[in-house]
Amino acid sequence: MARPVRFNIHPIQADTKDNISLANMPEGYTGEGFFATNLNNVVGLARKNSLWPLPFATSCCGIEFMATMVSHYDLARFGAERLSFSPRQADLLMVMGTISKKMGPVLRQVYLQMAEPRWVMAVGACASSGGIFDTYSVLQGIDEVIPVDVYVPGCPPRPEAIIDGFMAIQKLVQTETLRRRSEPQYQKLLASYGIQ
Amino acid sequence: MGKFSNEELLNKLNAEFPEQLTVVGEPFGLLTLETGRENIIAVLSYLKNDAALQFIYLTDITAIHYPEEEKQIGVIYHLHSLVNNVRVRIKVFMADGDVHIPTATELWNGANWMERETYDLFGVIFDGHPDLRRILNVDDMTAFPMRKEFPLEDPNRVDKKDYFFGR
Repeated sequence: MARPVRFNIHPIQADTKDNISLANMPEGYTGEGFFATNLNNVVGLARKNSLWPLPFATSCCGIEFMATMVSHYDLARFGAERLSFSPRQADLLMVMGTISKKMGPVLRQVYLQMAEPRWVMAVGACASSGGIFDTYSVLQGIDEVIPVDVYVPGCPPRPEAIIDGFMAIQKLVQTETLRRRSEPQYQKLLASYGIQ
Repeated sequence: MGKFSNEELLNKLNAEFPEQLTVVGEPFGLLTLETGRENIIAVLSYLKNDAALQFIYLTDITAIHYPEEEKQIGVIYHLHSLVNNVRVRIKVFMADGDVHIPTATELWNGANWMERETYDLFGVIFDGHPDLRRILNVDDMTAFPMRKEFPLEDPNRVDKKDYFFGR
């Protein structure tokens, strides 16, 4: 019986001969010497392929993230070569590991220091829901203190799963409108966390 | 093996504190005594300063909660005589609602954080402690989580309801 895995079950043969991975051109009108498209698409494309993640690694999921960053899995392929260890320059907050209740305000402070647009990814069972640590000292999921865009399940998740989560973030980044951050819905979400 | 036996230690203690110590047991060769909070500092001080015993090292201060007992909260001291390689354990039990005990920080500076931890988790108040506040948990916590009445699991958690598991 095949292993019950979700990721990488139909691997694509690598085509590395004279092949450079290029981002596809967004939909638009082309003519001689011009190309016209929607600004949303261009900005989305640019943002998607140059996300700067801020790793907030507190336990074993952080080790999986390290494996994701190095050559074998190589998150740099997705335009996330440059990790930002300053929240002010980061686009994506990757929370990997158990967040204790005492760490909650620290995590929130890091989130507040990030500039819009910002995305949050909860990697692993602990960051998503508290995991096995259903106890007095552990935050039962980081969504108690900050809004989360993508949850990656696993304890810890394999690097494929982290990449899968990252690609889900990329899809969000590419397709969301430039105005999403000023929508009343988004403002209401932030207000429900007591932000602004 | 230690340089003196538990029996010798007990004889010395009984001579110094007649009728004030009871022997709880000797599990794994570790002499375990019980005393009242009015004696505890005198006993610790004697064990530490006696020229022959020299229990100079305070291994740990912790507590225990027996909700079904009359005296619910117990504070436990572990001492170690590094010179003689002998250990001893001393327990003090107190009724709930009156969980006060004198501080051991005047004997060992290391007792400071141990007592803060015991206060943080069990709510034992160490009278005379220079800075008795929470050390591990968030400052605004009101409960004492290692007491038995504190719920083991977070009641607000929604992903562990029975119907998710077909129960």
